[in-house]
Amino acid sequence: MPENCIYIARSSAIAARALAGEMMVMNSADSTFFTLNEVATAIFQAADGHTPLHDIVRDRVCGQFDVDLEQAQADAEQFVTELSSHGILIVSNQPLAPETP
Amino acid sequence: MSLMSEVGQKAFNLGVPLAVHIDVTYRCNERCVHCYLDHDDHGELTTGEIKDMLDQLAEAGVFFLTLSGGEVFMRRDFFEIVEYARRLMFNVKIKTNAVMIHEAEARRLRELDVDTIQISIYSHRPEVHDAITKLPHSFDRSIKAIRFLREQGLRVTIANVLMTVNSSDHMAVQKLAAELDAHYTLDPTITPMMDGGTDVLALRIPGEELTQVFQNPALVGNQEEFCAPPQPPSEKDLEGYSCSAGHSFCYISPYGDVFPCVQFPLPTGNIRQQKFLDIWNFSPQMKEVRSIQAKDLTVCSSCTHVTSCTRCPGLAYLEGSMRGPSTADCEKSFYRTGIPTANMLRQGLSKPRRTAPLIQIQPLEIQPIGVAPDTRIPAICS
Repeated sequence: MPENCIYIARSSAIAARALAGEMMVMNSADSTFFTLNEVATAIFQAADGHTPLHDIVRDRVCGQFDVDLEQAQADAEQFVTELSSHGILIVSNQPLAPETP
Repeated sequence: MSLMSEVGQKAFNLGVPLAVHIDVTYRCNERCVHCYLDHDDHGELTTGEIKDMLDQLAEAGVFFLTLSGGEVFMRRDFFEIVEYARRLMFNVKIKTNAVMIHEAEARRLRELDVDTIQISIYSHRPEVHDAITKLPHSFDRSIKAIRFLREQGLRVTIANVLMTVNSSDHMAVQKLAAELDAHYTLDPTITPMMDGGTDVLALRIPGEELTQVFQNPALVGNQEEFCAPPQPPSEKDLEGYSCSAGHSFCYISPYGDVFPCVQFPLPTGNIRQQKFLDIWNFSPQMKEVRSIQAKDLTVCSSCTHVTSCTRCPGLAYLEGSMRGPSTADCEKSFYRTGIPTANMLRQGLSKPRRTAPLIQIQPLEIQPIGVAPDTRIPAICS
């Protein structure tokens, strides 16, 4: 397992639902609303707090979409950083316990 | 088009129930003079039944969930319901009178990340508010609750129903909302009683007073745009639909009856007898509601207001036909623009009628589980 492992978990403060394969996400704190495309939705759905992002990208992204692993990992890290800044995802270098309301 | 509007349109086109309003109880600790509900408990859904229903709604794609009543906190399991709904990742909005919300309840609502709490305030004058709710000190309790909720950083909306008995107070209530850092909404709609009683309609404000509301930029934004004469409808406009009722929105009563909207009492099924998605997808009543385009409206299709009118198909249904006009909305269109509606012209009226004869539909009669669902048109009472 890489040393710089990233773990991601969905925040308990959000509302989320899939609509025709794309995820709608809203942060209750500031009502920011996002829709995620299919690839981002796959990452979001796999954000269980204990699967490393690298594994998610390998299994859920490269396994299902025709993308290069290195590029997909870079894109995923950027996406995770952005959603984390909006309080949608929690990011850590340690496994995370799932948040419950 | 905003992202939210795009998503709403997508759900509408796909027939996904994006938003559902559930009344978890009709019981209430207030007795508001304009309330249309029967406050007795005729067999509310149990906690388990509600949780099962929420599972089904999440599966069906529901994102926005409004929990209302009656007074939601009359249910002892209300927090359990909210907690379950939030675990299923619904965006939860609560409508309440807030008199049972204290510091601890406000904190719990914050912990549950509820999106918005909508609270009814009828006047800035405690004696007027309390006279409407018929609950002494309800104004003080509701305002105190708003402060607790705001201290927790929760979004609060003050809903102000406009009636004859409080019509002069709405500007002061709006000011009060600003002082409390709450949003403000004004609603002049008074709905007939569930049992068919129409006495409450006497509380509707005179049409002339609606003009004052519609010409107030603090309430309607760009007044010139809001009150502009309607544009003639295009062919595309006539292919359009009234609203999201039955398309991407529905209402569920405390007894599990599913309706196209809160204000559209056409029973389409009961979740004690059928799965929610079976009702949503296959109910003949739901399909009929969905089929109605502007060009199908018996009077309104030829009305100059057809593209800009707030015509409510539920109120039209209460007047006798879901394809017919809604007198209350004709009145709004006329007083907003000064231009007569087709419904007025066909009756030779220079001013809208105050009210129309109303029918009232009883809730779907609950049958024992295992009995085939009743799809007959329900009894209609005059």
